[in-house]
Order: sequence, then C-alpha cells, then structure tokens
Amino acid sequence: MQHSKFSKSIILASIALTYSISGYSAASKADYRDFVPSPEQPYYFQDGKVDFGTYNGFRRYHADCHVCHGPAGMGSSYAPALLESLKVMSYGDFVNAVVTGREGMDNMIMPSFAQNVDVIKYIADIYAYLKARADGVIGPTRPDKFPKVKKLIADN
Amino acid sequence: MVKAKRKVLAICFTASAMLSAAGAVSANSELLKMQMNANDWVMPNGNYASTRYSELDQINAKNVKDLKVAWTFSTGVLRGHEGGPLVIGDTMYIHSPFPNKVFALDLNDDGRIIWKYEPRQDTSVIPVMCCDTVNRGLAYGDGKIILSQADTTLVALDAKTGKKVWSVKNGDPSKGETSTAAPMVVKDKVFIGISGGEFGVRGSMTAYNLKDGKLAWRAYSMGPDSDTLLDPKKTTHLGKPVGKDSGISTWKGDQWKIGGGATWGWYSYDPDLNLMYYGSGNPSTWNPVQRPGDNRWSMTVFARDVDTGIAKWVYQMTPHDEWDYDGINEMILVDQKINGKMRKALVHFDRNGFGYTMDRASGELLVAEKYDPAVNWATHVDMKTGRPQVVDKYSTQHNGEDFNTTGICPAALGTKDQQPASYSPRTGLFYVPTNHVCMDYEPFQVSYTAGQPYVGATLSMYPAPGGNNLGNFIAWDADKGKIVWSNPEPFSVWSGALSTAGDVVFYGTLEGYLKAVDAKSGKELFKFKTPSGIIGNVNTYMHNGKQYIAVLSGLGGWAGIGMAAGLTDPTAGLGAVGAYASLSNYTQLGGTLTVFELPN
Repeated sequence: MQHSKFSKSIILASIALTYSISGYSAASKADYRDFVPSPEQPYYFQDGKVDFGTYNGFRRYHADCHVCHGPAGMGSSYAPALLESLKVMSYGDFVNAVVTGREGMDNMIMPSFAQNVDVIKYIADIYAYLKARADGVIGPTRPDKFPKVKKLIADN
Repeated sequence: MVKAKRKVLAICFTASAMLSAAGAVSANSELLKMQMNANDWVMPNGNYASTRYSELDQINAKNVKDLKVAWTFSTGVLRGHEGGPLVIGDTMYIHSPFPNKVFALDLNDDGRIIWKYEPRQDTSVIPVMCCDTVNRGLAYGDGKIILSQADTTLVALDAKTGKKVWSVKNGDPSKGETSTAAPMVVKDKVFIGISGGEFGVRGSMTAYNLKDGKLAWRAYSMGPDSDTLLDPKKTTHLGKPVGKDSGISTWKGDQWKIGGGATWGWYSYDPDLNLMYYGSGNPSTWNPVQRPGDNRWSMTVFARDVDTGIAKWVYQMTPHDEWDYDGINEMILVDQKINGKMRKALVHFDRNGFGYTMDRASGELLVAEKYDPAVNWATHVDMKTGRPQVVDKYSTQHNGEDFNTTGICPAALGTKDQQPASYSPRTGLFYVPTNHVCMDYEPFQVSYTAGQPYVGATLSMYPAPGGNNLGNFIAWDADKGKIVWSNPEPFSVWSGALSTAGDVVFYGTLEGYLKAVDAKSGKELFKFKTPSGIIGNVNTYMHNGKQYIAVLSGLGGWAGIGMAAGLTDPTAGLGAVGAYASLSNYTQLGGTLTVFELPN
C-alpha cells in the first residue's frame, strides 16, 4: 500500500517537473506554479483554488490548532478567533506566539508548539491558511487546491 | 405474549441481582443494595448493569404531558455539561466541566448548596483535552464522592462535608493524559480510565483502593502481558486464547508505546461473574498508514476480574481503525433470550455503527447489525472471525495518505458517541441516542512529540445522504438486531437516555429540549426547552414520595465545538454549515440543572 502510494507521488512529481521544464506554461502570465510565498503574500488564490501549501495549512490547522481556536479559525470560548487576530497580527508575531506560547489573557493559555514538528515544519502553511481566512478569500469549508508543485520539486 | 414473557424475564433479572446482593460478603455490599433503590440514583448510569432504567412509575405515559419545572440551578460554568446528577437520600451531587466544581445540593430546600468543592488545576491541561473540557460525572461509595479531575487527579470527598479524604494522580497531562470519565466504585475499589487518544497516550484502566487511594492494579490497553494483564492461555478472543504478548505482536516496532486505546467511556459490572466491562478507544495516530497491523487492543471490549484486573475475554470490534471509531461506549448488561436461548448478554452500540450483542460470560459474539442504515464503511461483521468486512471505497488505509476519502458513514463521531442508551425490561427494547452524520477523511504523516497533538487526519462532517437530520432517537431489538422505531432529530442526539416503569423514555436534544416519548411507539408526549443545548444524561429519583426528572443542560462537547460551527458540506458548501450554524439561533452556552415534577 505504502509503496504504490509512494510511486504515485513520484509520478506526480515528474509530471510537475515536465510541465515546468518543458515550458508548458510558457505564456507570460504567472500562475500557481510560479508562486513563492512570502510574509506579505503567504497564499496564492485563483479561480476558487489555493496553492497546496495553503491547503496543507488547512489540514495542519485542523489537526493541531482547532481544538482551542475553533473550526476554520472561528474561535471558541477558550481561545481567540484567529481569522480576526490575523487581520492585525504580523507573520513575525504569529510565529513568536506559536513558538513561545502566550499566557495571561483571562484564564487562557497558549502552549508553546516549539517541540511540535507537525506545527513548526508547516508554520508558514498554517499562517497562509489563516491569512486567507482573515482576508475573506476562503470560507470555512475545505478549500479547493492546485496540485502540489514547488514542494515536490524541492523534495526531489 | 411477547410482552408478557419479557416482563417475567425482567423480574428474573431483578431477583438474581437481589440474590447476589444478599450473597456478597465484600467490604462494600452497600452499593449493590443502593443501586436497587429506585428512590436514589447512586451511579451515573443508574445501576451496575448500566440500563439507565428506573422502577419509578408516578410519571407515566398518560401524565408526563403535565410535567413542569420544579427548580433550577446554575453551575456557573460555560462549555459542555456531560453526565448527570447523583441522588443519595436528601442530597443531590452535581459536577461541572473544567474547573470540575462539585456541588452537594439539599433536596429538602430546593437545591440550596450544602457544600461546594472546586479544585485548583493548572489551566495548561485545557489545550491537551481533545474535544471540550467535559466531565461525565461522579461516583459514590462508602460515604465518599469520587471525582476524576481533568488533570487526572482522582479525589475522594467526604459526602457530608465535601472535605478531601484522599487524592491520587492517575496520569500526566504534560504527556497529553487527561480525564473526562466518571469513576466506578465496586467493592473496595475505585476504577478510572484515561483520555488522550489524540496525544499518543497508552490507555489503561486503574483500580485504586476506595479506603486510601492506593493503587491496586493497572491494566494497559496494549503492551506486554504483564502490562495488559492478559493471560496468554486463559484470556480469550471469541473463544480462542489470545497468545503471548498479543498487545505487542500486532504493532510495528515500539508503536504500541504511543498506541492510544484510551478508556474514557463508561464502565459496567456484573456481581455474579465478578467481571467489569469497558471499551478502549482509537489507536494513535488517526493516520492508519503510519501504524500497520491490527493495533490490539485498541477498539476492544474488555471483561476483567474486578479483584485482580486479569481479563477473562476481549473482543476487538474495529481492528486497525481507519476512521476514529473509539470502542468506549457503554456496555449494557441484560439477561435476555437471544436466538431462542437465555443469555447473560452484553449489548453495546459502537461508534462504528454496529450494535453488538455478546454473551458476557464467555465473550461469544451473538449479534452484530447496523443500527443506522446509513452505515457504509463495512458491509457486515463476519460472525466467525468477528471482523468487519471493510469496503475499499471508504477505507482511508486503502486510499492512502494525502487522499481525501469521501462519503464515509458514520463520521468519526460515530453512529453513537458516549451518550449512554437505556434498556427497559418492560418492553425489552434499547433506547439509543444516535448521530446521523457522514464524513470526508484525509490522513497525512505526523510526528509524535510528547504532550502535543498526534492526530494526522483532517475531517469534514455533514448529514447522511437523503436528508437534513443529523440525528435519530431509536428503539432497538438486540435479539433480532433491528430498529423497532426511529424518530428523526434535526441535530445529533448527544444526551443519555432514561427509561422508566411508567413506560416513558426521556432524552435531551442539542437545541435544549428535554423530550419524553412513549416507550412502545416512540410518540412524543412532552417537551420543554431548557436554557442551553443538552449533552447531559437524564436521571430520575423519588424525594418525599414524589418522582422527579433531572438533567444538566449546557451545550459543548464534540458536538458543540466541533460541529456547532464546523460542519462542512463539501459539495454545496452551505447545506450542513447552514444546518449547524442555525444551532446558535436556538441556544447558547451555559450550565444549568433543571428538575421536573408533576403538578400537585
């Protein structure tokens, strides 16, 4: 099972490589294959779809963060709604809170996630997802996505 | 004819329980007697058999329509209020979610507070609780009220004064070990399990001495035989010996050490067999591809000797879980004719959507049928091997990592979660609060870090196809394995049921209604809107010659947090979100006890 899955992703990766090398998207218009995330523009959104990193952020958020911060960043009585917080919070402040944790707001405690590689490794993806939520670009449901591109090339 | 026969059986059951009560020579035969006294409600599910049935019949199918509120009480705590009150003599004991307050209320004075206990707990436990900071209630034994706090401290309070008699730490929240379960007292011991299947804990059942809180035995859900207290030759799985170190051999490497199998549900006890029954939860992580093997003994029914902890038999319902179908739901112990033969039966409505009837003495599997027709992840349970026949299309293992498997029924919440069902010996039927929810499930790679979530899957949930109702309240025949009647509910039914000799069945709804239905037909006879959604369990008691019905309301739990705003419909994007968003139009958070009575 694992083997077949693995070879499937290799195939997908080589397709992606073929596309970018063969210049299939040679037209001057930049698309998701050219997207490079930055703190200023952490996500890519086009035709109702997000880049794979932002999608991964959706997955990772709902594995590690939503217990306190609520589904889709909507908050709960234990932790603030991040789709509101990220309207004012910078990328740096966000990373700082996740890595060091926070304390003192009412009875609330934000634990440090410094040891959690499932969070730290994908922190930019989680930020991208929440920023897209804060900007009102995507709704509370599972976002549609473009295929995994840059990441696969990097992995290979 | 059928009805008359069932009545006789009910009487037999009562008589045999009485006999065993009289024959008990243990230090604590007190509880065996107390559980038979219908005036009290001395343990969370009413009695050791967990039938949630009461002999009281003042309130009956004819007059229940006249019920009115007698008095109410606010716990002062938001979030989900699971479990329900205990009543012993003139005192009612209620508990709250974190910070786990306990109140003793005077029934002679409309619930005036006799004493209050509020533990000091580190709030850092909150983020390591998976699905709201619920607590499912208290236990009573030998003049003590036992509370299992969120931070796993088990504390015994003097039932008269609320003063702490002893306390003991059952787990370590910094490793993700927490507590939500109600303890159970049997003889001279207190039993308590542990939560944390989403944090890679290794589940266990622990017995402490009721007298001083000293550890008596601990049995893990997985690991070597010395940890699991399984006897390789004598402990059986569907009649066959389990063999050496069965809690290791179906795991890859050391994965059993973080294997899950938490024990956060309900516990039952059969005094004649001297066995306790409970189930274990999901294996960690939720990504099945990462943990090959059957992952024994997650998702398992355990029958253990209460004195030694050694298991007489085990039965794994969902080997190699791929959907988070924890096996922790209550085990209801009834003596019934199954396939024409009288049995000491165990009836269990599993999260995986199958209603199981087993022989509780031998562990033989008698019936395994779907109790919601929507269930699709398996075609049936093979009665020889006990294994569910999994459908590839809905197998998240088969479809693999990073693949979103869609349309799986039931959702991870299960066809039923922990909210306990009820059994009426008068009708011979089980009354089951259910979910009617399906899901998409995408597993992905995760790494384990102690005390950090170890989930590895993302889920979307939505109503089962063909309707908008997210729940049903059903009557079930455990012999035939068939639904007798089914009442659709707009939201999941997340409240424990109560049936009575008045042939009325009570349950609560997420909008906040306490409902009473006819035990035979399911016809709705009464409803009342309490201040918040009900995820608590209904109970009944008699005080000064009058019968009362009591229930905690206070929306929350998995249904409240994960679903109230989080249900997503992958196709329309609005359907179920609309359905659940509308819950906030019906109700808000806040814990309140409501007590009902008939007019004078």
